[in-house]
Amino acid sequence: MNGIKRTLTYLRPYRKQAILAPTFKLLEALMDLMTPLIVAEIINHGIAQSNFSLVVRWFLVLLLLAAAGMGFSFTAQWFAARASVGCTTGLRQALFDHIENLSYTELDTMGTDTLITRMTSDMNQVQNGLNLVLRLLLRSPFIVVGAVILSFTINVKAALVFVITVPILSLVIFGIMAASIPLYAKTQGALDRLLGTTRENLTGVRVIRAFHNEKREVEEFDRENQALTHLNEFVGRLSALMNPATFAIVNIATIILIRVGAIQVFHGNMAQGDVVALYNYMAQIIIELIKLASLIININRSIACADRIDNVLTVTSSMEYPKDAAGQKAERLSDSLQSEPSLEESAGTPGLKSSSEGSDDRKEDAVVFDHVSFAYAGTGENALENIDFTAKKGQTIGVIGGTGSGKSTLVNLIPRFYDASQGKVLVNGQDVRTYAKGELIDHIGVVPQKAVLFEGTIRDNLLWGNENASDEDLWKAIETAQAMEVVKGKEGELDALIEQNGRNLSGGQRQRLTIARALVRKPSILIMDDSSSALDFATDLALRTAIHGLEGEMTVFIVSQRTSSVRSADQIIVLNDGKMAGIGSHDSLMKNCRVYQEIYYSQFPDEKPADWKEAE
Amino acid sequence: MSALNQKKTNQGKKGQNQAGAAVSVKKTDGSSMSVMKKVLKVIAHYRFLLLLSVILAAVTVVLQLYIPILFGNAIDLILGPGKVKFGPMKPLLLEILFLILLTALLTWLMNLINNRLTYRTVQDIRSKAIRKIQTLPLSYLDSHSTGDIVQRVIADVDQLSDGLLLGFTQLFSGIVMIFVTLGFMFSKNIEITVMVLVLTPVSFLVARFISGHSYKLFRKQTEVRGRQTALINEMVGNEKVVKAFGHEKKASEQFRVLNKDLQDASEKAIFLSSLTNPSTRAVNNVIYALVALVGAGMILAGRLTVGGLTVLLTYANQYMKPFNDISSVITELQNAMACAQRIFELIETDSESADPKVLLHPWLYAEESGQDGASGKEEAEASGASESEEKTAEELLSEQTSGERHEIGAVDISHVYFSYDKTKKLIEDFNFHADPGMKIAIVGPTGCGKTTFINLLMRFYDVDQGSISIDGQKINEVSRGSLRKNYGMVLQDSWIKFGTVRENIAFGKPDATDEEIIRAAKEAHSYEFIRRMPKGLDTVINDEDLSQGEKQLLCITRVMLLMPPMLILDEATSSIDTRTELLIQSAFDKLMRGRTSFIVAHRLSTIRNADVILVMKDGKIIEQGSHDELMKKNGFYTKLYNSQFAGVEI
Repeated sequence: MNGIKRTLTYLRPYRKQAILAPTFKLLEALMDLMTPLIVAEIINHGIAQSNFSLVVRWFLVLLLLAAAGMGFSFTAQWFAARASVGCTTGLRQALFDHIENLSYTELDTMGTDTLITRMTSDMNQVQNGLNLVLRLLLRSPFIVVGAVILSFTINVKAALVFVITVPILSLVIFGIMAASIPLYAKTQGALDRLLGTTRENLTGVRVIRAFHNEKREVEEFDRENQALTHLNEFVGRLSALMNPATFAIVNIATIILIRVGAIQVFHGNMAQGDVVALYNYMAQIIIELIKLASLIININRSIACADRIDNVLTVTSSMEYPKDAAGQKAERLSDSLQSEPSLEESAGTPGLKSSSEGSDDRKEDAVVFDHVSFAYAGTGENALENIDFTAKKGQTIGVIGGTGSGKSTLVNLIPRFYDASQGKVLVNGQDVRTYAKGELIDHIGVVPQKAVLFEGTIRDNLLWGNENASDEDLWKAIETAQAMEVVKGKEGELDALIEQNGRNLSGGQRQRLTIARALVRKPSILIMDDSSSALDFATDLALRTAIHGLEGEMTVFIVSQRTSSVRSADQIIVLNDGKMAGIGSHDSLMKNCRVYQEIYYSQFPDEKPADWKEAE
Repeated sequence: MSALNQKKTNQGKKGQNQAGAAVSVKKTDGSSMSVMKKVLKVIAHYRFLLLLSVILAAVTVVLQLYIPILFGNAIDLILGPGKVKFGPMKPLLLEILFLILLTALLTWLMNLINNRLTYRTVQDIRSKAIRKIQTLPLSYLDSHSTGDIVQRVIADVDQLSDGLLLGFTQLFSGIVMIFVTLGFMFSKNIEITVMVLVLTPVSFLVARFISGHSYKLFRKQTEVRGRQTALINEMVGNEKVVKAFGHEKKASEQFRVLNKDLQDASEKAIFLSSLTNPSTRAVNNVIYALVALVGAGMILAGRLTVGGLTVLLTYANQYMKPFNDISSVITELQNAMACAQRIFELIETDSESADPKVLLHPWLYAEESGQDGASGKEEAEASGASESEEKTAEELLSEQTSGERHEIGAVDISHVYFSYDKTKKLIEDFNFHADPGMKIAIVGPTGCGKTTFINLLMRFYDVDQGSISIDGQKINEVSRGSLRKNYGMVLQDSWIKFGTVRENIAFGKPDATDEEIIRAAKEAHSYEFIRRMPKGLDTVINDEDLSQGEKQLLCITRVMLLMPPMLILDEATSSIDTRTELLIQSAFDKLMRGRTSFIVAHRLSTIRNADVILVMKDGKIIEQGSHDELMKKNGFYTKLYNSQFAGVEI
C-alpha cells in the first residue's frame, strides 16, 4: 500500500491542481443535483399556476446550469490531466533516476526486464488510475451521501432503508475488490512472462529459425497466452459479479422502500410526491455506485502497479559513498601527504609487496588488490579468493584464465562496480570506497565484454567517454582503436547514425568503437574485458601496439582468453576458479605456472615440447 | 474446439490475404474505422458469443427499463393518507422482485460472455502476432527495435483489451437502451420525442469532433511513448554500460527531455479526450431543459399530463445517459484503435516469400517424424548400459545414417550478389564450390562479410542475384525449414531460452532422452558445469545466469545433440577459454568429419585443419586454398597469420 503514499509524494507539486480538479467536479455534481429541484419548481409553480413566463425563466436557469456545469467540468478535466500526467512524469523520472543510481548488485537481482515493465506499462496504469481518482472518485460518494442526507429530511423511517442499504452495498463492493486485488497481481505476472517470451522470440529469431523451431516456440507462446487468458477470465468472472449484485441489492431495497413508503403515506407521515423523490434518490445512488465500482476496479489495478513501482524505489543502492565528498578529498590529500604508517595500519595484514614498498613507490601504484575476496549477492561461494597484486602506473596487466575463473569479476572491482567482500582495492593509492560518487569512474576507461552502442551518431557514442572531447580527440581515439576504416566507411563519418544497440554494425566494428569510446576519456586506467574477441589477430595486434604507443602513463588491464593478447604484458595474472594460479611475465609463467603452460600450448600446439603431458 | 482447428487450417490462406490488405491499409492510413473493421473481423470468429452478448444486452436493458415503470405503477397505488391499494401491491412487488433477480442473473451472464469475448480476441491477436513474427523477413526484424515490437504485442494489445472490454459492456447496452427508451417515449408524446431525436445528433457531432481530434493526439502520445520505451529499453537494458561510463546523469537528462515531450503530448491527449463527456452532457442538459419548457407549454395547452412530463423527463435523461457512456467508450476505443493500428501494422507486414513445399533431403524428416527417437532409444537399451555410455555421438550417427552421409553437402555458390542497403554494394559476383564433407574456413578482417555469408547460406536473407544450391538443389526452391535442418549453427551471440537446461539443449530435438542429452553435453564439455548446477538438467536458467562461455557451451551442446549433416560455426569458440576450447575442438573435429562445415573464426589453429580457407575482404573472396597453399602465396592470409606471433616483438 506504500504505492499510494509514493504517488502522493509526486503529486505534491501539483497539489493545487489535485485539489481543484475534484472541487470543480463537485461543483458540477451540484449543478446536476439542482436540476431536478428546478423541474419540480416548474411543475409545482409554473404549471400549477399556469404561468408560462415563470416556466421560461426557470428554463433559462436550467440553461445557465448546463453552461456552468460544462465550464466546471472542463476546468476539472484540465486540472486532472495536468495533475495526473504531471505526477506520473515526475514519478517516471524519479524511477529512471533511481535505476540509474542502483549498483550492479541490485541490477543483477532485479533484472532489467522487470525494471522496463515498471517504467512503461505499470507507469501508464498509475497515470490512468490517478486521472480517474481525481475526476470521479469523490463525485460518486458526494452524490450518495447527499442523497442519504436528503432522504432524512423527508422521512426518517424511510431513510433507515438507505442507512442499511449503503453498508451492505459497500460490503459487497469492497469484498469483491479485496478478493480481486491479489489476482490482478497474478495476471500482471502472467503478462510479464508473455512479454519475456515475446522478447525471447525476437532476440533468438536466428537460432529459432536455424533449428526450425518456429512451431514449438509458437506453441509455448500459445500456452502462456492461454494461461494469461484463463487468469484474466478468472478475475473477470469475479468482477462480473459486481454489477448484477449491486443492481439486485439496490432494487430490492427499493421494493422495501416502496413498502415502507406505502405504510408511511397510509398513516399520513408523508406525501406521494415524497415517495417519488425518495425513489429518485435510490435510483441516483445505484447509478453512482455502479460508476464507483467500475472505477474502483480500475484504481485497484493502478494501486497494484504503484506498489510494484514503489518496491523498486525502496530498493536502495548497496553501495555507500563518503558523505562529504569535499572533506574526503582533503582528507585523502593530507593522508597521502602524511604518511605511510597510517596507510600501513589500514592495510592490516602486510601484503607481500606493501611491506617492502616505500611511500615513493606507492605513488607509482595504479591499482592494488589487497587480499581481496568477493562473492556475488545471493551466492555463498567466493567468485574471487584472496587476490593480491600491485599494478604500477604505465604497466600492462594481462588477466587470463578459463571460463568462470573470475577474470571479469576481478576487473569489475577496480571501477567499484561491486564492493569487495574482504580485503580492499586501491586505485592511485586510495581505497576505492573513499572516492566520491562518480569521481573514480572518471579515471577509468572500461571496454565491456558485451560491445554495446547506443542509438545516435558515432560522435554521440564516443562522447560518452568524455563529453568535452574535441573532434580531434575523437579521431585520435578512433585511430588508436583501429576503427578508422569503420568510421571512414560510414556516410557522414562521425555523424553517421548508429541504430539501437548498434544493430547496423558488425560485432567487430562495435567492439572497436567501444574501445575508442573508452580511450576518448584519456583514462589513467584502461580496462579491456575480453574486448578484442571479435577482432582478427592483425587488428588485435595493431590495437595493442597503438595503445602501447600512447603518451602518458596509462595502466592497461587486458582480460583475454588468448595468450597472444597478454603475452607482452608486464604482468600476467593467471586465474583458476577464482584463485590466482600465478602472476608474472610470460617467460616466468612459462617456467613455473602449470595452468598458464596448459593455456599456452593449447593455443600454440606447434611449440609444445615433446615431453609435455596433457593435464587431463 | 472445432473453431480452433479451423483457425489453424486457415492460417496459411489468411496470411496471404492480409499481405494483400496491407497495401490498401497504407493508403487509408489513420482511419480508425478501417482498423475497427479489422478488429471486428477478428471478433467475428466468436460470432455466436457476440450474438448472445447482443441478445443479452437487449434483454437486460429492456428489463432494466421496464422495472422503473413497474415501480411507477406501484407508486401510483400510493394515493395519499388512508388511500393506499395494498391488495394489488403485493403481487406487483413480487413480480418486480422476480424480474430484478432475472435481470441480475442475465447481466452476470452477459458480463461473463463479454469477458470471454474480449480476452479470447486479445489472445487471438497475440497468437497471430507471434505467428507473424516467425515468418517475418529478418530484414524487418533487424531493422525494428525489439522493444518496439514487444510493446506492440504486449502493451498495445493490452490497451486494446481494456478498450474492447469497455466497448462491449457499454456500447451494445447503450445502443439498445437508446432504442428501447425511444419506444417508450413515442408512446407518451410524439412531438417531444421527435424534438429530442432531432437535437440528439448535436451531441453526436460534438463527440465526433472531439474524438476525431483526440485520436490524432493519442497517436502522437503513442508515438512519443514508443520513443521513450525504446530509450528505456536501451538505457535500462544496458544499465551496466551506462554506469561504466558514469553516463547516468546524461541518460537521465535525455530521458527528461523525452519525458517532458510525453508529458505535453499526454496532457493534451488526455485533456481533449476527457472533454467529450462534459460536452455531450451539456448538450443533454440543454435538451432536458427544452423538454421541460415544451412539455410545460403542452401541459398548459392541455396536451400532456404532469405524470406524462415526469416520465418523458426521466426517459429523456435516461435516453441521453447512454450517449455519455458511448462517448466515453468511444474515446477509450479511439485509444484502443490507435494501439490496434500498431498491432495490425505488425501483423500485416509482408511475410517472407512463400516457402516451397519441396524438402531438402527429405530423409532427415522421415528420421525425425517417427522411428528415430524410438529406435535410437531401443538401440541404446539393447546395446546395454555400459556399452552405450562409451558410444560417442559421432558413432551413433554414422550407425543411423550409414553410407548416405557422403553424398550430402555439396554447396554451390554461383554469381551471388547481395547487399543489405541496396544503394551500397557488399557481396559481388561471389563464386564457390564445396564438395561434400569439406571443411571451409572463412577468415578476414572484421566486417568483411563473413556474417553476411551465413545469412545467405541459412537463407535468413535472400540473394539479390545468382544462386546457392545444395546437392544440385537451389536453396530458394526448397522449404526454409528443411534447408536449415541440414545445418547445425552456433552463433557468435549465444541465445539462451528462459527454461530448464534440458529444454535448452533439446531445443532442436524435444523428444531427446536424458541419456542422449547427457551424452551430447559430455561431448561438448558442458556437462561439467551442468552437473554442478543446483538441479542439474532441471535447473531453470536465464540469459543472465550464465557466463558467456557457459552459454556458448550450451549452444554447442544443442548442435551436438542433433548432429546435422552440415555445420555453420560463427566465431563459436571466441569466448570460451582455450583449455575447454581444445576439448571442444576435438569434439567438433569428430562432428565435422564427413560433414560440410563452414567455420567463421579468428583462431588460426582452428582454421589450419580446414580443407579450404576463404579469405574475405570487403565482401569478396580475395584468396582461396589450404593453409599451406595460402602461406606459400605470401599474401593477405600470410600477413593475417603472422600477426598472431608478432605480439612477441612489442
